Amino acid sequence: MRKIVKYVLLDILRNRMVMSYAVVLLGISLAVLNLEDNSAKALLSLLNIVLIVVPLMSVIFSTVYYYNSVEFIELLVAQPLRRVRILLSLYAGLAFSLLIAFGVGVGIPVLFYLHDVTGVLLVVSGSALTLIFSAVGVLGSVLMRDKARGIGFAILLWFYFSVLYDALVLFLLFQFSDYPLEKPAIVLGCLNPIDLSRILLLLQLDNSAMMGYTGAVFRSFFGSVGGALLALVILLLWMIVPLMAAMRRFNHKDL
Amino acid sequence: MIEISHICKKFGRLSVLDDVSVTLSQGQSIALIGPNGSGKTTLIRSLLGMVKPDKGSIRFNGQDILQGWAYRADMGYMPQIGRYPDNMTIGQVFKMMKEIRMAKEERWVVEANRDRGAGSCAKEGRSLDEELFHAFGLDGMTGKRMRTLSGGTRQKVSASLAFLFNPSVLILDEPTAGLDPVATGILKEKIQAVREEGRLILITSHILADLDDMVSEVVYLQEGRVKFHKTLSRLRADTGEEKLVRAIAQYMQITGSQQKSHL
Repeated sequence: MRKIVKYVLLDILRNRMVMSYAVVLLGISLAVLNLEDNSAKALLSLLNIVLIVVPLMSVIFSTVYYYNSVEFIELLVAQPLRRVRILLSLYAGLAFSLLIAFGVGVGIPVLFYLHDVTGVLLVVSGSALTLIFSAVGVLGSVLMRDKARGIGFAILLWFYFSVLYDALVLFLLFQFSDYPLEKPAIVLGCLNPIDLSRILLLLQLDNSAMMGYTGAVFRSFFGSVGGALLALVILLLWMIVPLMAAMRRFNHKDL
Repeated sequence: MIEISHICKKFGRLSVLDDVSVTLSQGQSIALIGPNGSGKTTLIRSLLGMVKPDKGSIRFNGQDILQGWAYRADMGYMPQIGRYPDNMTIGQVFKMMKEIRMAKEERWVVEANRDRGAGSCAKEGRSLDEELFHAFGLDGMTGKRMRTLSGGTRQKVSASLAFLFNPSVLILDEPTAGLDPVATGILKEKIQAVREEGRLILITSHILADLDDMVSEVVYLQEGRVKFHKTLSRLRADTGEEKLVRAIAQYMQITGSQQKSHL
């Protein structure tokens, strides 16, 4: 398995798309961190960029890469290898290279400029989003045979998680504004990994005071050690569940 | 050696394999022939676990292969259209395949010359058969990227990879399509040499003239069903024709006229 990961990694790291992704992230981070005096403000701007760009890049790149390696997968499937291992190696190579790019682009500058918990939390949640959305991308491309449909599905998923979902939640909150919605709001937050990481980070910043009573409930829930652990477990589930589903499908797929 | 029993496979509504049962025994060289779309490639791909049949079972040396994967170490597969990662060079593809196929404790021993002493290197590990790799002149272009290769050169890579690990079963899907006459000659010679070693060879081809001196049995597939499975000598006796092309043509005519008389 390690050998396959090695070849996937070598292949991806030569890819210009991942390199430019790292460079663009690095440029954004340096610009934001240098231009803004207030570190909390800088972190907030960076958070908003990371929450949009990282899922988009992860889901699209993993989808495109899967379709481009169909030949490679076919070659490997005829060899004495477990299918699950082939897919896992592909995912590991993908996720690892995207993590490296994110680490270079955001991780190093943030940890260099901001030496507090929030900086670490930003890097952790960005990494989690990378892992989650590359798993989602792999799932989508295993499910769909057609490349155009697969990439369309990936873009749609990203759009759903970063734009549509928030609109839906807002709509629900307005519709049911007469009822106490704090607990449902927590559940709704957990159903979207992007929202979950945003909430986790905002709670560390003082801005959460502006979120009113819901913010206070969030703080009492996610602010505790148990709540933070739960959030971490949920993020982990967001990675494992799509991956398991992809492996199940891949095991029975005709190539 | 390989028992295929009651395999069915549908792609959507199209039934590609319909209750196919064939037994392939060791030491035979079997031609799998039939018209386009008769399910030859699908049958081969199910043997390799690339296509999962809807029903039926396939046994390799008594073990069910539909869940297994280790059995593929004994198989060499030459696909109809070899597809390889574009960015890799020929050398890298071979290196990668060797690394993947090599178990931790095993060491591949490159055969120095063709006529190895029987089992001389069996104890050290399995030997590599790089004869085709050299015969096709691939050793002179290991730096070429797969993307830049012509169809024929890709076929040469596929053929060399299929024979490389000395598998006990060789599955060749249209091996001579796209090869020039010289390369075809080299490959045919190699197939005959391997056949004499008593391994199982499964070949599909539309160039029936090529098969005459390569095969010992013929399996004829049509519309996903096995129409007949005979030894070559039996087929010759039944049809009274010496050449496989004529024999098959005559068989198709006979069955054609039978179908008409039924109507």
